[in-house]
Amino acid sequence: MNTPLPGALAHFQDAFALALLTPEPAAAIPSEVAALTAQPAFAVYRNTVMKGCVDALQANYPAVARLVGEEWFRAAAAVHVREMLPADPTLLHYGSAFADFLARFQPAAELPYLPGVARLDRFWTEVHAAPSLSALDPAAVANLTSEALAEVVLHPHPAARWAWFGEGPIYTIWSRNRVDEPFNAELDWRPEGALLVRPRDAVEWIALDAAGCAFLDACAAGGTLGEAAQAALQAQGDADLALLLATLLKAGAFRENAIQ
Amino acid sequence: MTTVLTAGLSLKPQHYDAALACPAEGLWFEVHPENYMVAGGPRLTWLEAIRARHPISLHGVALSLAADAESDPAHLARLALLARRIEPVLVSEHLAWSTWRGAYHPDLLPFPRTSEALARIADNVSRAQDALQRRIAIENPSHYLRIDGHAWDEIDFLTELARRTGCGLLLDLNNVYVSASNLGYSAEAYLDAFPGERVMEIHLAGHTPDPNLGEALLVDSHDAPIAPEVWALYERLIARTGAHPTLIERDDKLPDFATLLSERERAESLLRAPFAMAA
Repeated sequence: MNTPLPGALAHFQDAFALALLTPEPAAAIPSEVAALTAQPAFAVYRNTVMKGCVDALQANYPAVARLVGEEWFRAAAAVHVREMLPADPTLLHYGSAFADFLARFQPAAELPYLPGVARLDRFWTEVHAAPSLSALDPAAVANLTSEALAEVVLHPHPAARWAWFGEGPIYTIWSRNRVDEPFNAELDWRPEGALLVRPRDAVEWIALDAAGCAFLDACAAGGTLGEAAQAALQAQGDADLALLLATLLKAGAFRENAIQ
Repeated sequence: MTTVLTAGLSLKPQHYDAALACPAEGLWFEVHPENYMVAGGPRLTWLEAIRARHPISLHGVALSLAADAESDPAHLARLALLARRIEPVLVSEHLAWSTWRGAYHPDLLPFPRTSEALARIADNVSRAQDALQRRIAIENPSHYLRIDGHAWDEIDFLTELARRTGCGLLLDLNNVYVSASNLGYSAEAYLDAFPGERVMEIHLAGHTPDPNLGEALLVDSHDAPIAPEVWALYERLIARTGAHPTLIERDDKLPDFATLLSERERAESLLRAPFAMAA
């Protein structure tokens, strides 16, 4: 054979990678690998790469997959894969742009709740893989006066994720489809929020109102509990702040820190 | 360092509880490190619990050693971090590429075996061994395509790679069988020429005929029991080279744990047979 030119390996890999995602028959197959893509066995690589990516999205977005059915999900996922391959070989992390993809994916236009459900599936994955740190013991703030409490800064736990969904009952739709159980209950179409946490090894979730989401947003921005309480009241005038803080502490939404 | 490994099993999440409880003597497990590259949480908890009772081997799929680029230093750092945490008994990778220009292709992709490729792979293997502070084993690939432009025979290529870097080799006998069948050469001749003194680990796995092409194209699917022909290659190899740590690889269509254990028992008994010990 001829001595390959320097850079031949890079040219080969550019061409091979392009051909992997180019459906046949296509004029776009680079000539460097035409002799390879002409072999039926090239399909083994095409299929393995596509299946690996689609399997990962299906594993990472189970509530979305359950809502739309496996066939629709895998077809939509394949479109996303061709737009964006994984950047990280830890496929648990694949799909960070999937919710945004669903929001602009024309065939999903009649399912406006789908991107929100995908965001909650993504939250689940992030919570599942987040650092293992102790949650703040509720006793740490139990004996503070209300003046002292207002000056305290609490940091959301790295394994806590929350969001408010103004567009509808995303949390209910997600939580019903995250578990593999039949459900027939009526759906009350109103805005909802959610909090996902991992107090021990398992991911847990609860509904969270607009006040709770605003409260945690303010804490994440470094605000004091007094500022977080104001934000909560702004979001929801009738918020029960004592109950809210107790709920968040019990859920393990804050990480351990020194309370001055 | 004195642990003598015999036969082990791939470990999948479905079998964690059974694996943790299994009293089989000498049992070790192999995992893909990429599945445990997380900051915290149950995956690491499970792996550390298994590690407390059984040796673990890390079998990487994503260093992309054969890509014409330095292996991603961030990925290598995560691998080294996991290795410090788990203290694996073996670390291995593939003679293949997967990540290219920032995109990960979840497969083990082929390349023409040229001197340029050899220099690049040797550099990447050395980087990995430096980062991990240990010798790693490089696995022979499964072949499906006829690629023009191989300047090196595969065994010569692997032998030279091992000579340059000091790395060991992971001999996957199912890959040997599948490749020989697909490309039309003798699996036995390949095996007889393989440098046994470099082998750190053997893989045994199942394959399936391609759904469209049948027996003309065998796919290294890891979703079936080990084929009789692969068991025969295994006996042939250990009769010549002696016993090596042997892994039963199963990634898909998982049977129950007991079925995998019985395949492992078969390998274990061959490893302990007089002809293996005497070789």
